Amino acid sequence: MPDVTFTVDGKKLTAPAGTLLIEACRKAGIEIPAFCYYPGLSLQAACRMCVVRQEKVPKLQTACTTTVAEGQVFTTESPEITQARKATIELLLGNHPLDCPVCDAGGECELQDMTFRYGAGESLYTEAKNHREEQKWSPAVYFDRPRCILCYRCVRMCGEGMDVWALGIANRGSSAIIAPNGGDHLDCEQCGMCIDACPVGALTSDTYRYKTRPWEMNHVSTVCTHCGDGCKVTLGVRQVDDGAEIVRGDNRDKSGINGDFLCAKGRFGFDFVDSKDRLTKPLVRNAAGTLEPVTWEHAIRVVSNKLKEIRDSKTENGGGSSIGVIGSNTGTNEENYLLQKFARTVLGTNNIDHIRTTDYAAFVRAMAGHEHRAASLRDTETAKAILLIGGNPTEEHPLLAWNIRTNFRHNTARLYIATDSPIKLERQARQTLSLPVEGYESLTAFLSGDDSALGEIENAKTFREAVNAEESLLVIFGQEFRGAAIESLVKWGLAKENVKFAYLGDYANSRGAADMGLSPDLLPGYIPVTTPGAFAEEYPNLSTQPGMTAPEMLDAGCRGELAALYIVGSDPVTAYGTDPAALKRAFVVVQDIFLTGTAALADVVLPAASLYEKAGTVTNTFGDIQLVKKAADKAGVKPDFEILVRIAGGMGADVKKLVPFGRGSITVPAVTAPALSVDFVPTPRPIPSLRGIHGDLGQSRGAHSGEADRHAVWLAARGLELRLSPFDPLAALDEIERLVPSYKLDRLNLFAGNDVHSEPGFVPVASLTAPTAAELILPAHDGLFTSGVLGDHTKALVELNSYQESISQPVAEAAAD
Amino acid sequence: MSSAETMSIFSPALSARFDALVLKYPVKRSALIPMMLYAQDEVGYLSDAVIEEIAQRLDLTMLDVRNVASYYSMLRFKPVGKYNVQVCTNISCMLRGAYDIFEHLEEKLGIGHKGITADGVFSLEEVECIGVCCWAPAIQVNYDFHDDLTNDKVDEVIAAYRAKAGRADAKGESANA
Ligand code: SF4
Ligand code: SF4
Ligand code: SF4
Ligand code: FES
Ligand code: FES
Repeated sequence: MPDVTFTVDGKKLTAPAGTLLIEACRKAGIEIPAFCYYPGLSLQAACRMCVVRQEKVPKLQTACTTTVAEGQVFTTESPEITQARKATIELLLGNHPLDCPVCDAGGECELQDMTFRYGAGESLYTEAKNHREEQKWSPAVYFDRPRCILCYRCVRMCGEGMDVWALGIANRGSSAIIAPNGGDHLDCEQCGMCIDACPVGALTSDTYRYKTRPWEMNHVSTVCTHCGDGCKVTLGVRQVDDGAEIVRGDNRDKSGINGDFLCAKGRFGFDFVDSKDRLTKPLVRNAAGTLEPVTWEHAIRVVSNKLKEIRDSKTENGGGSSIGVIGSNTGTNEENYLLQKFARTVLGTNNIDHIRTTDYAAFVRAMAGHEHRAASLRDTETAKAILLIGGNPTEEHPLLAWNIRTNFRHNTARLYIATDSPIKLERQARQTLSLPVEGYESLTAFLSGDDSALGEIENAKTFREAVNAEESLLVIFGQEFRGAAIESLVKWGLAKENVKFAYLGDYANSRGAADMGLSPDLLPGYIPVTTPGAFAEEYPNLSTQPGMTAPEMLDAGCRGELAALYIVGSDPVTAYGTDPAALKRAFVVVQDIFLTGTAALADVVLPAASLYEKAGTVTNTFGDIQLVKKAADKAGVKPDFEILVRIAGGMGADVKKLVPFGRGSITVPAVTAPALSVDFVPTPRPIPSLRGIHGDLGQSRGAHSGEADRHAVWLAARGLELRLSPFDPLAALDEIERLVPSYKLDRLNLFAGNDVHSEPGFVPVASLTAPTAAELILPAHDGLFTSGVLGDHTKALVELNSYQESISQPVAEAAAD
Repeated sequence: MSSAETMSIFSPALSARFDALVLKYPVKRSALIPMMLYAQDEVGYLSDAVIEEIAQRLDLTMLDVRNVASYYSMLRFKPVGKYNVQVCTNISCMLRGAYDIFEHLEEKLGIGHKGITADGVFSLEEVECIGVCCWAPAIQVNYDFHDDLTNDKVDEVIAAYRAKAGRADAKGESANA
């Protein structure tokens, strides 16, 4: 639309014709109050708060529905408008209890703000208020009817946004009321979006209600620890005796990759941090065979002595290769990076893996060398056409499903779905192709032109024609694809222009685990250990012999061929169904937040911090990297990063080689800062050196600058400083960025809390190796209320899960009063 | 689901009428209000089963149907008597003694607002203007109007319906025939 110029409060503004006046004003810094208007949802014009005066128009106009055109003249504040808004609020307060002092929304309530602004606290009504007791609609959602101002935001959010349509309005006039679909309860996805959208305190959540006030919390934006979409979540945190507890999860600043979206897991699934099952003390198995609490010092000593002894042992069952290491799908990139570096350089083994839920190695291998072909999650909200093959976004990738629905509503995106079982997103699909369970590979063949590949499936040809006719396409595929199947699908897409790809996997940092080299044959950035390139110099003692996969390690452990297993944030014994008794002969160390099946049989258990209790970065399944910030705190636990550094230190490893921090062994002569002027004589102090571990005085650069100095030179070239602490995960991030080609980060954006996309296209084609074994992939298929071990320990999710299961048969009842 | 012939809870005639009605509008849900009225005439009220079938016929949720229905006071979710006596107490009727009529009926039938007599023959309701202001006070019994009322006239009206109810019973007729 062409730009038009119009006047608001005497200021000339320009915006594309057809822009809503309220939006045009917001962009220009003119705030127009609004209750029912909610960006992204349909227009309602129900509240009349946004009224403005338009020249030559007899009545006040609603700014939320007025579109701008050339030459219009508006007034947004005047005594007339103030009076109109005041009257509106007076009506809205007709039945409102004004119980702000106890209301959850008090302090961040739009109605409260407006009542103060327009001074409408007094009422001319003498009628009694229509009171109703608050109702519990589900384990997550409560409704406090008198506070409701009937703005319809919740109704539209649930219907249009979530495509659940669980809320409606019953009755008429002053007895109108929001009604849940179950009569007196909600049968829905329990996302809590309605609560977030509610401008007042009428909808409240079980996790937060009556707990605290907004100004008594610290608000920390971090990344959701559950699924692979990586929503930014703002955690409301409060001090308690043993640390800091999380009391609320929301996305109040709407700034992240997820805009205003969070699902039930991101919003309510944080109480695991306070679970009484939480490990808070290091445990060491005593002579009697039971796990006994010990001090951190003792536990670290036991672990490092034993690992050192095994590594240095020259017996048959000794040496680095007799140690296996398994990493986590929810730890940070820095921790995963450090873990594999620790395994490879300190323990001297390539026996490093994680429980793979997705075949990222095959995906990146297929994408290597092809830049701009990997989709960011953001692309799913703007792509003109999307081909979704397999997967179930609504259940397993709620944010992706939200983005696709939004894209469909706002941009009439064309969605094509090929699936073996019905999924909810078909409601938005232009065409759906039903495949047999084993039909995914044949689909690729069919798309590539093999007419007989799919046999006699209805609509297959029209489906293919429509997909092929698209000028640009976003191909999103699920875990049905592994190994060679990914390769052929990607190959089909790469042959066309403007096709981008996304591969759906589980858990907050499964992608990061794979990217960071938690694999026996691939180094960080998918560089094969057999041809380690730069890593040969960076990693002393690096073996070029691929190690064992996780199941191989467990098998070897059971056969008594593995002397030690070091497991971080993972429960392989349960995942692979290993017989716990068979692992008795190995020395098992587990770092986790709960006593998992694996931890229960370990010789040493170290209580770790959860993702909400540490800092670093994580990478979602789309390859978007985001910053994780420490929100909560728990006495007794330590982040995996710190534990690793301490164990490496305990083993006598040179920690500065493991984590690039601090100044080097050659001290730089202290230079005294020159006085700036005669009046100001500063205390002489040394200028800190920017040089690395072996203080490089500037004589050498690049390839000649020595092992650690490469890092210092790299830092200096980017104007970065050396990290001061060995426990600072950002030191590892610096190294990751330097060594992992696909992680070229826009730091400004990353540290500002935005997502930064990694580029698998930067993975050197030369690094391609044979595909990893596809049978190693164990998809988690966690749904709306489950999240692996974390989910089992999250009361809110367990409750929601059993609640939704129990009401699978919706009870029909009469409309709410 | 377009035609609910297979499992319809409505009579074949009404079912056929609904099938045709749905096709009449560009948007299916436009048929909602007439459908609810006709269904109520046949079944007596909007039972859960009625709401469910209407929702299915129009591709709506039951919540949608309830939300629209609850807006209109002439659509009801509970059964009423065979003869539903609606007494207008809006301004014209009120000025001409509607409350006397209403109280008289309360006493006579032994029930209050929204009550149903024990034998299920009568129910009583106080309603807003029924559009007969020029012959106020007025009542509406099912779809019939009785105007310019006095307590005596009301007695006659009630007696007539009672007699009719007796005859219908004897013949085994259905309530809204
Ligand atoms: S919790 Fe989510 S799905 Fe449930 S009613 Fe609210 S918006 Fe709808
Ligand atoms: S419950 Fe909240 S969001 Fe819903 S209509 Fe009422 S005030 Fe608006
Ligand atoms: S579980 Fe996934 S979709 Fe839900 S809030 Fe967390 S990252 Fe977002
Ligand atoms: S915001 Fe415009 S009418 Fe509610
Ligand atoms: S006021 Fe009674 S019919 Fe109009």
